[in-house]
Amino acid sequence: MCTVCGCAEGEVRIEGRPSHGQEGNGGHPHVHDHHDHDQAGHHHDHHHHDYGRGEAGASVPGMSQSRMIQLEQDILSKNNSYAARNRAYFEERGILALNLVSSPGSGKTTLLVETLRRMAADVPCSVIEGDQQTSNDAERIRETGVKALQINTGKGCHLDGHMIGHALEHLDPDEGSCVFIENVGNLVCPAAFDLGEAHKVAILSVTEGEDKPLKYPDMFAAADLMLLNKTDLLPHLDFDVDLAIANARKVNPGIKALCVSARSGEGLEGWINWIRAAHAMQRIGHVASPAAE
Amino acid sequence: MHEMALCESILGILKDQAESQAFSRVDRVCLEVGLLSGVETEALRFGFDVVMRGSLAEGARLEIVSPPALAWCMPCAEQVEIKQRFDPCPTCGSHQLQVTSGEELRIKELEVS
Repeated sequence: MCTVCGCAEGEVRIEGRPSHGQEGNGGHPHVHDHHDHDQAGHHHDHHHHDYGRGEAGASVPGMSQSRMIQLEQDILSKNNSYAARNRAYFEERGILALNLVSSPGSGKTTLLVETLRRMAADVPCSVIEGDQQTSNDAERIRETGVKALQINTGKGCHLDGHMIGHALEHLDPDEGSCVFIENVGNLVCPAAFDLGEAHKVAILSVTEGEDKPLKYPDMFAAADLMLLNKTDLLPHLDFDVDLAIANARKVNPGIKALCVSARSGEGLEGWINWIRAAHAMQRIGHVASPAAE
Repeated sequence: MHEMALCESILGILKDQAESQAFSRVDRVCLEVGLLSGVETEALRFGFDVVMRGSLAEGARLEIVSPPALAWCMPCAEQVEIKQRFDPCPTCGSHQLQVTSGEELRIKELEVS
């Protein structure tokens, strides 16, 4: 049952099915009975030039009825309202949601797998995976025994608040748990789309350049934590860790940085402690909230 | 790349407004796109024409105003103008800047009929 609708994208699939569970619709998940979306082909009945005809049907030949509307409405307001709903969902249930963002190949999924191996025994966790195609990542996560859900964005380059809202209906994460959202590998677009997470975590691998935070400043400005991953490779590279962190702080003086290697396990303790601290902060509100049952 | 998605959002807002403010045609859309909003205005223009095709805003004029990027410099305790997020304060060279303007991504006004 769709409770968060009002969507735009037509190719989003959750676990291989259209995001509204309307299988057999030939890839048109937007033909709803209970909504009025008008997405398939942008039909518009009253698409005619009707100059000179007023609201009350009064017609003045040669006079245009055009008028100005001051709107001042945020273009992302729809996404932001879905994100706000997701955030309220997480807060009511004392769930910590982290939005993991990076370029493709930075090692997000491996890092996540290693994190879950170390955490999932004492903190219930679940994962939402975002990729354009395939469910490979969700399968890798499930091998650790953790609940995972795959969103395929089709041609989309980012997850948005609406997709996460639907994913939560399917995933149904435990109260007081951690939800990791692995965004589509892309350092540009996911910066603009709030999902309702508590924190964005940007992952930068040391095989990329130290200047990535300067090249993609919006993402590093939006993140609260930067993980420098694959540090086991540092002896073989000219990567300057201090410079990378200094560059990130130029863009975002408040960003925290941790060095980790998902492969060797180095630094993972610090990252997991950071998650636990953020998780504890999230649950403080939960305990005090009358919504907690 | 997400400019297309933004245009879809704009179309969604136009349709909602068409219903609530009783108009059937959008002739002009004026957007406010800050320098730091992460949006490429050329890509937005391209996406706009494509997405609006066949809708109530087909052929609508798109006007984009770009408010300057301003930041509050903490050491100087004053507002300074920057060009990019990682620019230092032009007065003191510090990076302790808090962006105060330039992230706008808004529909400012519409001309409708």
